[in-house]
Amino acid sequence: MKKCYINGVGCVSAQKTFGEGFLDEVIVNKDNNVLEISQPDYKEFIAPAAGRRMAKGVKNGIVASAMALKEAGLDQPDAIITGTGMGCVVDSEKFLKAILDNNEEFLTPTSFIQSTHNTVGGQIALGLQCKAYNFTYVNGAVSFESALIDAQLQIDEGEANAVLTGGVEEAGEATMHFLEIKGNIKSKGQTDYDVLTSTSKGSVFSEGAVFFVLSGDKQQTTYAELKDVAIYNVLDKDEVEGKLKDFLKHNNLDISDIDAVVLGYNGDVDFDGYYNELAKNTLSNIPQLYYKHLSGEFNTASAFGLWLASQVVKKQYIPSAVLINSIEKKEYKNIVLYNQYKGKDHSFTLVSKC
Amino acid sequence: MEALKQELKEKIITILNLEDIQPADINDNDALFGDGLGLDSIDALELIVMLDKDYGIKLSDPKEGRAIFQSIETMAAYITENRTK
Repeated sequence: MKKCYINGVGCVSAQKTFGEGFLDEVIVNKDNNVLEISQPDYKEFIAPAAGRRMAKGVKNGIVASAMALKEAGLDQPDAIITGTGMGCVVDSEKFLKAILDNNEEFLTPTSFIQSTHNTVGGQIALGLQCKAYNFTYVNGAVSFESALIDAQLQIDEGEANAVLTGGVEEAGEATMHFLEIKGNIKSKGQTDYDVLTSTSKGSVFSEGAVFFVLSGDKQQTTYAELKDVAIYNVLDKDEVEGKLKDFLKHNNLDISDIDAVVLGYNGDVDFDGYYNELAKNTLSNIPQLYYKHLSGEFNTASAFGLWLASQVVKKQYIPSAVLINSIEKKEYKNIVLYNQYKGKDHSFTLVSKC
Repeated sequence: MEALKQELKEKIITILNLEDIQPADINDNDALFGDGLGLDSIDALELIVMLDKDYGIKLSDPKEGRAIFQSIETMAAYITENRTK
């Protein structure tokens, strides 16, 4: 397969992940079951006339993509590929509420138009006047990884050389409420929001947008090489280690070649055992990183994980806020990411120093 | 009529999410579309729904909208003459 480099990144999240610095100052959550994002100055990126119809998820996607493109020095990508599990839920909620409130009458077009999953990809393309390949993957917690795989294939097949790829999720008030009732989100007022020590079900949620410029060409801004991505819909806990070894073997690596692992712990007592399978056994002797205490959980939170891994490879250090153990390595050459949600949508991603 | 004009300005700002614009910034005779407030065809649909929902006016001929939505002045005059609620 052709090489695929991460040449630019943009991240809008519950932390200040734009501008200078790399998680030097973090907001540690103790009181909230849904984290608010750290808002960029949208007007720097979006003209008021263009932004007035956009919900925050669309704006965040546009800002994150603009940051990634700027960093990579790219005006026009050859493809725009987006992953989102829930899509533009704020406008969906607005439209559905209008149906109920007005007894199915007086329905306005704006929220309906903006409610589709591919609104973010479409608005990015409109802003750039980019008529290239534009695709949105809606595959639950592997939506972002699906987008990554497509981007890699586009580059490998020579269909595109520079691909804008990202994950976007939006927290709608009603949707968060429903997820709390369902138990996916921890209840308000609980005291065990800490991801690593939690003994309760569910997780702390949030939203965000993370975009990457992936390219077949290495350049000065390159963070890392995106080596491989693998997806498994369903795995038992005792299958995880074997699948990881297969994944590494496919990339001519074994466990001893891995310098750090980024795990998607989210504080759900029912499913964090999947991560323990690796953290307490096979990968117990390497630096272990977690991030959902900073980003919150959402379908494309793993894009925040890839942002984190890319930064570690480029900067060659791990911020203390994301360390699970105290093991350090002289060099962070190969980092593997493992994520799953409720025992489904498992993904392995491998990035390497280049 | 003046109260209606003020009401329309407030509604337009809220419904169309016109950030950074205050009712006082909109003159009664300013063009709402094109060079004036810069509204577009999607906004026109929002205004048509607003007329129906808030004033009981159904526009059967979309071409009528061009004249009605010319300015706050024309909108207020049309609503005053045709409103059913």
